[in-house]
Order: sequence, then structure tokens, then C-alpha cells
Amino acid sequence: MTAIRLPEPESAVVARRDVIVKDLVAMLGATSVIADEDGRRAYETDAFTAYRCMPLAVVLPDTTDGVAQVMAYCHRNGIKVIPRGAGTSLCGGALPAEDAIVIGVSRMNKVLEIDTPARFARVETGITNLAISAAAGPLGFFYAPDPSSQLACTLAGNIAMNSGGAHCLKYGVTTNNVLGVKMVMIDGTVVEVGGAHLDADGYDLLALIIGSEGQLGIVTEATVRILPMAEGARPMLIGFESTAKASICVSRIIASGIVPVAIEFMDRPAIEVCEAFAKAGYPLDVDALLIVEVEGSEEEIADRLGYIAGIAQELGPSSLIISADDAQSAKIWKGRKSAFGAIGRKADYLCMDGTIPLSQLTYVLEEISNICKRYGLGVANVFHAGDGNLHPLIMYDANNARQAERAEQAGADILKLCVAAGGCLTGEHGVGIEKRDLMRVQFSDVDLAQQMRIKSLFDPQWLLNPAKVFPLDGRPELTAGVADPAVAAE
Amino acid sequence: MSELLRPAADWELKSMLAQFGAQNLAVEIVGAGSKRAIGHPVQAAALLTTASLRGITLYEPTELVMSARAGTPVSQIEVELASRGQMLPFEPLDFGAALAAPVGLQTIGAVFATNNSGARRISVGSARDHLIGLRGVNGRAEIFKSGGRVMKNVTGYDVARALTGSWGTLAVMTEVTFKVAPLPDDIATLVYTGLPEDLAVEMMSLAMGTPFEISGTVHLTPKHAARIATAPVGGRATSITALRIENFMKSVRYRKGRIMEALKAYGQPMELDLEASLGFWAEMRRLVPVRFSDDILWRVSTSPRKAADLVATLRRHMPVEATYDWSGGLVWIEIPDCADAGAADIRRAVAIAGGHATLIRAREAVRREVEVFQPQAPALEKLSRGLKDVFDPQGLLNPGRMYQTM
Ligand SMILES: Cc1cc2nc3c(=O)[nH]c(=O)nc-3n(C[C@H](O)[C@H](O)[C@H](O)COP(=O)(O)OP(=O)(O)OC[C@H]3O[C@@H](n4cnc5c(N)ncnc54)[C@H](O)[C@@H]3O)c2cc1C
Ligand SMILES: Cc1cc2nc3c(=O)[nH]c(=O)nc-3n(C[C@H](O)[C@H](O)[C@H](O)COP(=O)(O)OP(=O)(O)OC[C@H]3O[C@@H](n4cnc5c(N)ncnc54)[C@H](O)[C@@H]3O)c2cc1C
Repeated sequence: MTAIRLPEPESAVVARRDVIVKDLVAMLGATSVIADEDGRRAYETDAFTAYRCMPLAVVLPDTTDGVAQVMAYCHRNGIKVIPRGAGTSLCGGALPAEDAIVIGVSRMNKVLEIDTPARFARVETGITNLAISAAAGPLGFFYAPDPSSQLACTLAGNIAMNSGGAHCLKYGVTTNNVLGVKMVMIDGTVVEVGGAHLDADGYDLLALIIGSEGQLGIVTEATVRILPMAEGARPMLIGFESTAKASICVSRIIASGIVPVAIEFMDRPAIEVCEAFAKAGYPLDVDALLIVEVEGSEEEIADRLGYIAGIAQELGPSSLIISADDAQSAKIWKGRKSAFGAIGRKADYLCMDGTIPLSQLTYVLEEISNICKRYGLGVANVFHAGDGNLHPLIMYDANNARQAERAEQAGADILKLCVAAGGCLTGEHGVGIEKRDLMRVQFSDVDLAQQMRIKSLFDPQWLLNPAKVFPLDGRPELTAGVADPAVAAE
Repeated sequence: MSELLRPAADWELKSMLAQFGAQNLAVEIVGAGSKRAIGHPVQAAALLTTASLRGITLYEPTELVMSARAGTPVSQIEVELASRGQMLPFEPLDFGAALAAPVGLQTIGAVFATNNSGARRISVGSARDHLIGLRGVNGRAEIFKSGGRVMKNVTGYDVARALTGSWGTLAVMTEVTFKVAPLPDDIATLVYTGLPEDLAVEMMSLAMGTPFEISGTVHLTPKHAARIATAPVGGRATSITALRIENFMKSVRYRKGRIMEALKAYGQPMELDLEASLGFWAEMRRLVPVRFSDDILWRVSTSPRKAADLVATLRRHMPVEATYDWSGGLVWIEIPDCADAGAADIRRAVAIAGGHATLIRAREAVRREVEVFQPQAPALEKLSRGLKDVFDPQGLLNPGRMYQTM
């Protein structure tokens, strides 16, 4: 695809490549530096695969100190840095640049401390999201934010994107679950913000760091809240003949005073694909399916599910299935969590991530379907309904340039629709390069300038992940030389 | 202090701040202004109150979201929420009783400006966690917004949350949007008496490690406990440790039993029903255990594991009464009046335990001398200064309120 422009690489930096690689090897040792073409190829994109670019080099330090050395080196030499976790970003957040060094934290994946009485875990950020829960699990605890990519994605990426997941309705997103971080600044200084206590002192720098998409520093360690596991959890499936009824059902559940752990929504195309993939027992004759999960003891669960079923019954659901046992529950969630992957087997897709006020759900879903029809593209919807975080998956054929372009246009139209409906461009995936040029739809120049001043405070030369988040025009100086779009393309 | 300014609209506030900027004059920002005499006295040419920025601008009970202009009294917000069976989940404290100031005036803007959260913070998060958007005017006299009205939003940097706890030193919030929650059907409280502090913290931590979603854990040393009036807890001369359980009725009954079973080793608790629970936790919210006196009051945030040790260490230097909240993660420390407010000893103890200490109550002469907020490590202080420059380069807003030289 070609629509998103990327800055022209600095030829002076690219020309010094050999020297730079030698310096990096001297600093970290050859095993931590990837300079050959095949090795670098693995890092040329993230899960926003339409855009690719080979980095100057990739380093995978083992320690915070190693990260600090490389950062100080890049700072001294004016070399750009792309922080990277597992590369599952859906918005091109980890997309490299030809004149940039990728600093990956994936080798820093140790659990440093788990303290159950004080309910925190201190970990290196290259650990995968699921590995934190796996380490805390035997002690009866878990780490709450659960992005569908949790098997692969790192805490580092979660922190950078302020990632969410299906169970965030009850437990909050990353920013609500991180107590402290150790971060390497671009000049190599290491700062510690927050710690094992519940509220950090002074200005809330953690709030800025979490969700800053790798633009303020490289986070190498974090202290996260861990929570005791519920006695049990069970989902139910509620199918409706229309999305309108499903969205009324969501509102009524929430208004009734119950906040389930999760309320997930799938439309017909999503149900079909996920059912074929996971054999979860999803009903196939409905236009909208809700997965509603509650937690507690057997009796508490039965009571709450009964109550929710009562609310649903009033709306005349086409089907209402309460999971019979853990095996079925696991299948139900497997279907949901592999939705993107399952749809990805059928077609290439662009995953949008706008959030809208729940009251607008029916209207927005209808409009999304109209928009995609207009561009002649299919769309599947599978998303976090409890908090209005939509995930329309626009299906297209990546080998068809016209279609790819139309998919991007449809995506932009959908995001504008979300903002117009009172929502935002992205609920959990981040801005990256994908939504960068739409930022003015949501923010005024004053809002953006204020955010960019924060960027400049942490990173005065804009070396950290510079091509992301903020539109390339209207930045403080540094934006000279926007490349011909062709350079960005494959 | 010559002027009292009451802007009633964003643009009015903007033009006021622009004028101060043009003359390079500082301005002190208050909500209801009930606590201005505390912390470092702010030297400013004018006092600006958000009191005329008033009213609830959006309330969607089915989406658990509310927006209000910054000067709206919390009391008004809570009445409106209660009428739809909802509440502010982080139960902001009212400092009136602790500071000999009027009770019930506090504004919603100030709640977020000070990240003011009560006992339920331990289970549902702080004021900061519930803020999802705001509008405001910064020290550059620019009107800006951050976040929005939807629950999940990662578009751009999280400026809204970064302004919580900034004490009006970065920007004046004019409208805040926040998450609300349903009121629980039922509440019960288990009260254990006579536990020493270390055991109490141990028990509270253990309780928080159960799956029963305890929504309040406090421990009061005997003198603090004696100030509680709610029967049957009131007027005892022993320490008390209270655990709150909230949910639908059947669940509360079930969980109460399970918790008592799990904590058998700590004794047989008293059980408070819904009404007594409401009374007790309302007293906690008004900070009755540390109500106004000549004693000095500190607020210490630390890891629960370190809390009891920290207090024990201090007792080697001075008499200490303590109220532990957040299962020990927050300690209200009361010590007799003294010249440096005990700052040297307290900050040393906190440095060892990890966390930070804020001076909440002391005579004015003492407050002039002692740093109210925890002094920061150099690298962090540099960032704090930088952030102040980003929002308020001329230093117009509340100069010295948080840090004397900022
Ligand atoms: C199938 C699939 C399902 C997904 N489901 C969800 C979901 O349910 N919820 C959700 O929120 N997201 C989801 N995502 C998106 C993605 O997984 C998240 O954004 C995730 O947090 C990225 O983590 P990562 O380790 O892969 O980071 P990367 O993709 O490597 O990087 C992401 C961003 O973090 C920055 N970064 C990386 N490491 C650091 C560091 N140490 N310090 C500072 N910045 C750093 C990068 O520069 C980049 O901007 C999904 C993605 C896929 C492919
Ligand atoms: C020294 C001290 C320490 C305290 N520590 C804590 C604490 O750690 N935790 C806690 O929960 N509570 C704390 N409080 C209490 C809390 O500040 C008060 O309960 C509450 O702020 C009083 O409400 P008010 O409307 O009277 O605010 P005011 O006293 O009028 O204002 C409080 C602060 O908020 C700022 N402010 C008010 N409105 C706005 C606005 N719209 N935009 C930007 N800034 C604004 C003011 O400038 C001032 O700095 C503390 C109070 C003091 C004096």
C-alpha cells in the first residue's frame, strides 16, 4: 500500500551503516546484534504488514544497561531508534526505518519478583503478557489485561500501546494495572517512575509513558498489579436476529447494575469464521452474538447468569446458551480470541479500532456496513461491546492494489465516523503510522502541539519512533524531507 | 491578593489567563477553596475559582459515564448518581474534618486535580483510573482537550491522566469526564479488634489475596479507633481492622462466611450490616480517625509489606498514631506537633521502605519550612520541571504549590 508517507531516510546515517554495526557489536557483543539481511528481514514489519522497511540494524540487549548504552550512542550520533517488543502491533507502531536501529527487548523476559501479599509482580518488559499470568498462576494470581495476542505480545508493547483485552471491562486496561516502570531515556539516563506502592508521587509521568507508543523512552522493567483469580468464571452466549437488539441488551445489562467481566460482540460473518475455526458451539442462524462472562462461585455465577438471561429473554433472543463446563468455556473464548487469525486465513484484513459511545452502536454498525458496501468490500465485526471498542475487520486482497487502497479509504471513513459519533480513533491498538494522518480529525492543533511538546521534553531530537503518532506536517522543525510515497511501499 | 476571579466559560478563563500572562502575574487556582491555607502558601496576584464553572453536562447511566464542569460540587454529583443507583466508585475523601475546613464543598475538578481517592481505591482504582477525558486551559492560555467520553481511548498521549494529581500547577480543568459504577445491592463489614499493626496488615493483605473482592481494608490504632462513632464499632479503646464486602445480597452472605473461615486465625470479627457499614465507611471517607487537632498529619504511600515496619521505625523517634488504608498501602500518620513536622525521620523511613510522604496538616510556620510533597530524584525532578514548562512556561499557575521552586 502506498497511502502513508514516511520520512526520507538520512543518507548520511545509512552510509555509515558498517561503522555503526561495528560499534554496536563492540558495545553488546555479536550475539546481540543482527546486521545481516535475512536476520533483519524478520524485523521489517509488524502485524500491520502492508508496510515494510528494512532497519539499519537490530539489537537485542540482555540488560537495561545494554539498552542504555545503545540509546546513549544513538543520541550522540543522531541515529533514530525503533523500540520493539514482539512486533504484533496492528498500527505499524514497530515499523522500522532504513536509517533507524531497532532495539528489541524480547531477550529481557525474566520475572524478577512476585509478591502476593503486596499483590505485585516485577518483571522485565520483554516477557510476554501471558507469561506473567503463567508465573503468577501457581500462586493463585493473574495479570488482568488480556489482549487477544497475549501469547505473543510483550508487556513492553502493552505498555507502549496501553493495550486492553476482553476482560478489561471489569479490570481496566494496561494503564490501570501498571504501578511503576524503569525506563531508559534517549540520552541513556535510566529513570524509575512509581514502584510497588499504589500511587506514584509528583506528576503522573506513568500516565504519559503508558500509551506513548515508544516515543518517550524504552521501558525495560515494570511493576504490575496482580490480582487473585476468581473462584470460577463462565460465559454465556446470547444470539439475536438483529444487532439493534444485541446492543440494547448490552445497555440493559450495564444499566441493571451488573458489570460482567466481559461482553464481547460478533456479527454474522465473524461468527461463521470463528465457529468453523474453533467449533465453539456458536449459533449460526443469528446476526449478532454476545459472549457475556461473569465470575464468582458456582452459585454466584448461576445467580448472575440467570439474571442476565432474564434481561436477554425480554428481548426475545434467538438463542441463549450457558456454557456447561470449563471445556466449553475454553472453546468459546478460543473462538473469540482467534477471531483475527481465523479471518486472516480467509482474506487479508485491516483491523480498525475506534471506540464509540454504546448508545451509538446500532447506528455505527449500520454505517460501517454501508461504508464497506460502498467500497465493495466485506467486513466482519468482533469487538469489546461492554466498552464500545469496535474492531471492524475490512477484508480485501493484498495482491490487488486497487482493493488495498479502497480498504484503507474505507478504514479512514469508519474512523471518522467513530469520532463523529462521539468516540475516538483508537481504543487499544494505538495510532502508529496507520492513524497518524487522521489525528486532526480528533484533535485541534493546540491539542497536538501540547502533546508534541511532551514528546520534545523526553526526546528533544525526536529520535525515538519519530514517524509515528503525529502527522508529519506541523511538527517542530525535524520534519524536513518527506519521502516520495513509493519509498514506503514494498 | 487583590482579585477574585470567577470565570464562567472556557473562553473567559482563557482571556483571564492571557492577561495574567501578558503581565507575567501568577494566579492561584481553587475549586471551593476550602483547603487553600494548606501546603506551601502560594504567592499570587489573584485568586481564580472554578465555582462558576458548574453543572453536569452529560450523564449516561447505561454507559456508566458522566461529564461535569470542574466547579460542580461532588455532593451534587453524588446525589444525581444515587438517583440512578450509581456512585463515584473511588469514593473521594472529604478533608473538611481533618483540616478544620467546611465539609461537603469539594469540587469535582479538585478531586481529579488532587487524585483524591478513598478506601475503595484498593479494589477499583483511583480517581485517576476513572478519568477518561477533560477540557482545560493551560498556563499558555490555550484551551485544550484530552481523552473523550468513551471508556477506551489510546489516541495520542494520555494528557488527561497526567494532569491528575498536578494540583492546579499545569492547567485549569474546566470539564471532566469520568467512569461511574453501580451501587452495590448490599454491604457487610467484618471488624476485628485488638490486632497489632503487623498482624492487621498481614491479615488485610491475606484478605485481598482471596477471590472475594474485598472493597475496603482499614486498620486504626486505638486512639484513632476511639474517634469512630458508628455502633457497634464506636468508642472502643482497642485497635480495629475492618474489611468491606460489597455485592448482591446472596453473594455478600456467602463471601462473608468464606472470608471469616479464611481468616479464622485472626479471631472472631464483629459483623456490621448494611446500615452500620454505610455509617462506618462514611466516617472513614470524612477522615474522622484523623480529624482536626494540633497533631501533625502525614499521608504515606508505600508497599503494604513495608507499612507496619515503617511505623514501628518511626515510633523509636516519636509517638505515632496510624490509620492504615488500602491494606497498608496508604498510612495516615499522626504525630505530636514539632518544629520540622518529623519530616527528616519520616522521609528517611519512607526512603528505606519505598514510596512517598505528603505533609497534610501542620502549623503554617512549619509548612513554610517543610517540603509538602516528597522531594524527587534528580532525573525525575528534571522531567517534572520540563512538564511544568510544557504546560505553564511562565509559571503562572499555583507557583510553589507542589514544589517550592516550581
Ligand atoms: C491477532 C492480534 C490480536 C490482537 N489483539 C489485541 C487486543 O485484544 N487488544 C489490544 O490492545 N491489542 C491487540 N493487538 C495488538 C498488539 O498485540 C498490541 O498492541 C501489543 O501490545 C503489541 O505488543 P508487542 O510486544 O507486539 O509490541 P510491538 O508490536 O513490538 O510494539 C508496539 C509498540 O510498542 C513500542 N515498544 C515496544 N517495546 C517497547 C519498549 N520496551 N519501550 C517502549 N516502547 C516499546 C513499539 O515501538 C511500538 O510502538 C492484537 C494484535 C494481533 C496481531
Ligand atoms: C497538603 C494537602 C495534601 C493533600 N493530600 C491529599 C492526598 O494525598 N490525597 C487526596 O486524596 N487528597 C489530598 N488532599 C485533599 C484534597 O485536596 C481536598 O479534599 C480537595 O482538593 C478539596 O476540594 P476543593 O474543591 O476545596 O479544592 P481546593 O482546595 O480549592 O483545590 C485543591 C487543589 O486542586 C486544584 N484545583 C482545584 N480545581 C482545579 C481545577 N479545576 N483545575 C486544576 N486544578 C484545580 C487547586 O489549585 C488546588 O491545588 C490534600 C490536601 C492538602 C491541603
